[in-house]
Amino acid sequence: MNIKIINSGLLTIVEDMGRYGYQASGMQVSGVMDKYAAELANALVGNPAQAAVLESTYLGPEIEAEGDVLVAVTGGIPEVIVDGQWVNPYESIELHQGQHLRVAGMREGLRAYIAIAGGLSVPQVLGSRSTNMKLGIGGVAGKKLINGAELPVGEPSIIAREILTGHAHHRHAAYNYLVDNKIWSSDYHHIRLVLGPQADYFTEESIKALNGSVYTVSKDSDRMGYRLEGAVIQRKNTRDMITDGIVFGSIQVPPGGQPIVMMADHQTTGGYPKIGTVITADLPLLAQCKPGTRICFEVVSVYEAQKIYISYMKAVQEQIRLMDSSIESFDWPEVRVGVRNYQLKIDGQLFRVSVEKI
Amino acid sequence: MNDEVRILTVGDCGVSVEFGQEINLDINHRVTALKMLLKEKGIPGIVETIPTYCSLLIEYDPMVIQYDELVNNLKVLVNQLRDIKLPEKRVVEIPVAYGGEYGPDLKEVAETHGISEEEVIRLHSEPEYPIYMLGFVAGFPYLGGMNKAIATPRKKTPRLKIESGSVGIAGEQTGIYSVESPGGWQIIGRTPIKLYDPERERPVLLEAGQYIKFKAITGEEFKAMIK
Repeated sequence: MNIKIINSGLLTIVEDMGRYGYQASGMQVSGVMDKYAAELANALVGNPAQAAVLESTYLGPEIEAEGDVLVAVTGGIPEVIVDGQWVNPYESIELHQGQHLRVAGMREGLRAYIAIAGGLSVPQVLGSRSTNMKLGIGGVAGKKLINGAELPVGEPSIIAREILTGHAHHRHAAYNYLVDNKIWSSDYHHIRLVLGPQADYFTEESIKALNGSVYTVSKDSDRMGYRLEGAVIQRKNTRDMITDGIVFGSIQVPPGGQPIVMMADHQTTGGYPKIGTVITADLPLLAQCKPGTRICFEVVSVYEAQKIYISYMKAVQEQIRLMDSSIESFDWPEVRVGVRNYQLKIDGQLFRVSVEKI
Repeated sequence: MNDEVRILTVGDCGVSVEFGQEINLDINHRVTALKMLLKEKGIPGIVETIPTYCSLLIEYDPMVIQYDELVNNLKVLVNQLRDIKLPEKRVVEIPVAYGGEYGPDLKEVAETHGISEEEVIRLHSEPEYPIYMLGFVAGFPYLGGMNKAIATPRKKTPRLKIESGSVGIAGEQTGIYSVESPGGWQIIGRTPIKLYDPERERPVLLEAGQYIKFKAITGEEFKAMIK
């Protein structure tokens, strides 16, 4: 089975969770920018988290299914259309042979993730299907997708086949994590960071001011790095730093004092001092910030950051567990063809809802 | 633990063990030794390690091991480094066609120092260069030990495209472009050896800790080797 790219949109690429194991050789990890959204999209169609998905930027692609297949779209709040009809993001969708699915735009956020049951089965390069555009490897020819490209799809899981044949309920994910964190409702997004590894290169005033500082995401931001515009971060001295390692989330400060947050396609090493590192749980949100978005830094300790990390990982797993309505047998209000059954968690309480389209 | 060793925090999933703040082989060897020791110990939760000039970046999963426990482990291991036997010195010979179409800036480098092109080639291909680290792009080696007599500033206007395999000088540094890239280095030659090839089982040829020795070859030899 293939998926055909009718229109590739602005920047649509194949990514998975990244190419690990080669950073000591200078190879970037790449992988999806918003791991949270990609993992949810995969779970919605019964894929493992590592399955390759489509990542689109702002204006998404239009794709056609060669056969009946289960798909799901996540990431920010994407506008999804199947053959002229609006459909919901964050739930499994049946895409029948010949039908077109289009990500028309983003109501919130910047990047949409389209997961196909079975995962995109383009060849693995060094253990990953992620597109590394700098090296020209992974995905399709190491490049962004072009109109007419055809992507092979792997074997769907049992649960995906059951959903597609009406033997299991559609999966649905409330975007609790983002909503609970008031992600899309405020003037600016809070991005938490841990100081270091080179915070001692900067003045105490600058470090103090960083907590609560508001920066604007510059238009020169991409998958490699987010350039931020705002208060200048002052160096304590001009001592040169010796090049060292970088992670997804490292906040580099070049001589001009305007920080750059290193993102999924970041180089493995760099020579600018890094005042801090964005916490893992806030990277999905940052990845959804488009140019012009304002972010407000909040400094947390490494201990707080790891507490947040663990509760974040558990929240994601909890959300995925809630999708598995078919595995345990629940008493649904209504069970028949055409009715979709959802489990929703509102204020910590679980609800089972049956919905029918009218 | 030695006083000069610092364990730096790199967010919630990383720490960097820094053995000093200068480029020298003693410090760099300790980075290599810690990388080897961690591999040998196989501490659960460590995802990947990235060695650089003076420090080893360790990425880990806090669901498996958390900050305090990892740091305590590392403090113990750092004291065991002198027992680690580093691999025997390995020198990788890199054939280079100097000058002409392969090294358009050889003339400029020679003129900068008022010496002949042959003398630049001799000085450049004489040392065994230690590989301190790989970074910037896949397979790009950061080398030490270039003769200062051929140190040359970068080009005023960077080239938009430098062929992979190009051997260049930037200030007191020499290096090899492992992949095609824009850049401002003075290009004095090119090697037919692929430092990076994703089709190969080991995509990157060189490793930190090895040495490079350049060997001058002719343009004909270059062409023969590329076939």
